[in-house]
Amino acid sequence: MFVFNPARGVLSVLALVSGLTTSAFAQEVNLYTTREPGLIKPLLDNFTKASGVKVNTVFVKDGLAERVSAEGQRSPADVLMTVDIGNLVDLVERGVTQPLKSDALEAAVPSNLRAPDGSWFALSMRARVIYASKALSLEGFTYEQLADPKWKGKICIRSGQHPYNTALVAAYIAHHGEDKAQAWLAAVKANLGRKPGGGDREQARDILGGLCDLGVGNSYYVGLMRSGAGGPDQKIWGEGIQVVLPSFAGDGTHVNVSGASIAKFAPNKANAVKLLEWLVSDEAQSLYARGDFEYPVKGGAQTDPLIQALGPLKVDSIPVSEIVKHRRTASSLVDKVGFDN
Amino acid sequence: MGVQAILSLRGFWGRGREKSLLLASVLFAVAVVLPVIGLVAIAAQGSGDAWPHLLAYVLPKTVADTLVLLLGVGLVVIALGTSLAWLLTAYDFPGRRLFEWALLLPLAVPTYIVAYAYLDLLHPIGPVQGALRMVLGISNPRDLWFPDVRSMGGCILLLSFVLYPYVFIPTRALFLMQAGSLIEVARTLGADRRRVFFHVALPLARPAIAVGASLALMEALNDIGASEFLGVRTLSVSIYATWINRSNLPGSAQIALALMVLVVSLILIERWARRRQRYVSQAQRARRARPRQLSGWKAAGAFVYASLPVLFGFAFPAFYLAVEALRRLRFAGVPADLGAQILNTVVMSAIATFVALVIGFVLAYATRLTRAPAASVALRVASLGYAVPGTVLAIGLLLPLFALDNLLADGIEAVFGVSVGLLISGSGAALIYAYVVRFLTISAGGVESGFSKLSPSLDHAARALGETAMGAMRRVHLPLLRPALGAAALLVFVDCMKELPATLLLRPLNFETLATHLYGEAVRGTYEDGSIAALCIVLVGLAPVMLLARLSRRPALAYEKGGSVVGAGLLLEEQAKS
Repeated sequence: MFVFNPARGVLSVLALVSGLTTSAFAQEVNLYTTREPGLIKPLLDNFTKASGVKVNTVFVKDGLAERVSAEGQRSPADVLMTVDIGNLVDLVERGVTQPLKSDALEAAVPSNLRAPDGSWFALSMRARVIYASKALSLEGFTYEQLADPKWKGKICIRSGQHPYNTALVAAYIAHHGEDKAQAWLAAVKANLGRKPGGGDREQARDILGGLCDLGVGNSYYVGLMRSGAGGPDQKIWGEGIQVVLPSFAGDGTHVNVSGASIAKFAPNKANAVKLLEWLVSDEAQSLYARGDFEYPVKGGAQTDPLIQALGPLKVDSIPVSEIVKHRRTASSLVDKVGFDN
Repeated sequence: MGVQAILSLRGFWGRGREKSLLLASVLFAVAVVLPVIGLVAIAAQGSGDAWPHLLAYVLPKTVADTLVLLLGVGLVVIALGTSLAWLLTAYDFPGRRLFEWALLLPLAVPTYIVAYAYLDLLHPIGPVQGALRMVLGISNPRDLWFPDVRSMGGCILLLSFVLYPYVFIPTRALFLMQAGSLIEVARTLGADRRRVFFHVALPLARPAIAVGASLALMEALNDIGASEFLGVRTLSVSIYATWINRSNLPGSAQIALALMVLVVSLILIERWARRRQRYVSQAQRARRARPRQLSGWKAAGAFVYASLPVLFGFAFPAFYLAVEALRRLRFAGVPADLGAQILNTVVMSAIATFVALVIGFVLAYATRLTRAPAASVALRVASLGYAVPGTVLAIGLLLPLFALDNLLADGIEAVFGVSVGLLISGSGAALIYAYVVRFLTISAGGVESGFSKLSPSLDHAARALGETAMGAMRRVHLPLLRPALGAAALLVFVDCMKELPATLLLRPLNFETLATHLYGEAVRGTYEDGSIAALCIVLVGLAPVMLLARLSRRPALAYEKGGSVVGAGLLLEEQAKS
């Protein structure tokens, strides 16, 4: 005779629920990312194909660190991925990551693009470039020149508080110090053709729309627009502008990185390491370059022809790990000069 | 059983049941208010040196911008909502029946979608300016002056075109049910329609206008997507920058709490301003004033005026989305995950709506039956979630939620010896929790205002005729409350579907809704990829809005629909008072 055992009943319900939450795959890795799902999906699909490890993702725009830290020891997160060095270092500082020693990663990622203790690794780079009206001649353009009064009313840029812009300001601080950075930022503000707003692509569109002559944006958007991956309208925007790789006077171009860390309580750590190591493999690095139009971090990996056409990239000599220390000051300066007002 | 016991509401459930109902409602209120407590806890950690910086460089501008935005949106939604409500009540013209429901359609369009759509439509190289230039024979976009939608004015107009229904719905309901007989009296006494509007109808409608406008303003205040996109720096945007760019979560929690105080005080001020006025509800006896038939150019004028909000708030953006979605479908085919996203969106919203209704019902019923101060405090406190920006609410929710989740896991491990992980967040229950916290005010307010029109004598009669307590609820209250419950359910459902910030932060792995997918695309700057999802949000939202509109076909029920909005607003007023 069947006797109902309440404990067993509850257990089977729990098993059912937890079956929903932690999937039945034996091999899996959980990825929390601030990177837009559309951009990394092809990469992750290829990883699964190559390794047999299933990748579960959740795209969290803001609050990634807060969520992982609130989840605590039971956090399902294995890998934390961000698209800005500041956000990445924030994760490390909140103590939700763990250091990793990996020969493969250390061989592939140059030392200025990873934390000395392995608590984060850059996976790809993007340059902060100038989108410009085709009529202009901008040979040897520098970031410093954005403050030149001759551009009055001619510059378009997204919100100064966006991480891509605060990182640029932080780099300026690293080069010239806080006071000069503030003066520069105020002068750039005075040159704006409209209030800061929109995304990077808006700047290209606004140049075509005649609202300004110069825009500041990331390099990969140029590839996304010009390749037609964003649809026919954006192809027109991308092809309607010229793109210049600017530099700091006497130095190189400012780059930001996308990168990743291993979560502190990663339940599938072995697979997490597998994923990170795969992301710096030749195959993955070329996918970053071809699919997402980024600069690979691994020496020798090819960039996409559309990005190569922008000219050779000379990366700023101050490492990102140095620049990132100025990010909060940079954000304060943006407020101080009323950049977004 | 003595007559006294039957007649006394206190004896209705018996002491024991009354107590458990009360206990349940207090428990619900605590659960709902947890994120606000979480927020206070975060704020109390101390924000370091954030405030001197904020006071010197950030707040002067953002507070001013916020106030201008609120003032602008407030004026436009009140003007639009009230004038349309009056036009459709006092006058009859061809198309009036159409507008009775068409004017609700903008409710289905989230503010962030309307911002994306208009930026594309009105951009210098977009279709509108392109066509203008063609007509005017201008070749260079620089030679045509056109106001930029990315401005305070643009933001006010765009938000107003999708938020005015919050004023239109309760105000029209009030005009239909409350004002009818009074308007006829005024007319008999020789007042013309103008005079009737300004001296009778408008003052009568003031509570409805105030609560409708306060809901619209809270939506405007909590919006981050549209304002950020249009370059308007509201307080919500500074909360964001403080948190994200300067990693100062306590500082942003403090601004958020200050914002909550601002919201509550705005409501308080309006309430104080009409402290001497008394409104008596007489819904049962109300009758509708006979509308005047318009003809000729006056009818045409009325038609055009009523069309404008429908066109700008719904037709143009929806048509634009449809065209973009079609182009996208041809270019890239049907996105593989669309079905799952629609399913996730609908299922989560439906469950949350059901839970919000049940809890709203318990809270309102406890207040009605026990008249205990604890019950009405619980009811007021439970509606705080609406007064906090969604992102901030989600952050406040993180601490208590995961503490609870871990506690549950600890308990299960201790009792059964198995490790199950985080069940609440892992199963998506966290999302339901967040939605209920955020939108409970709408359901609780709707049920309460529904109850307020049921005379206690109904309860007494049912009991005297031998019905049990549960039977009275099932056979008397629930059928009578059906329209109010239905209207509240529809509003909650639409709001859950549009909800973005909490969904983004709290959803489980591999779980996308239409809104999160659209946001992901928008962040990349590929809205055209998102246009299919955006169109789906609007289309899925359309069904409940149409149902809502059907309720208003029957004038007696129109009040119920307004009731949820009025009720939600009244709750907030109450809360401001306490």
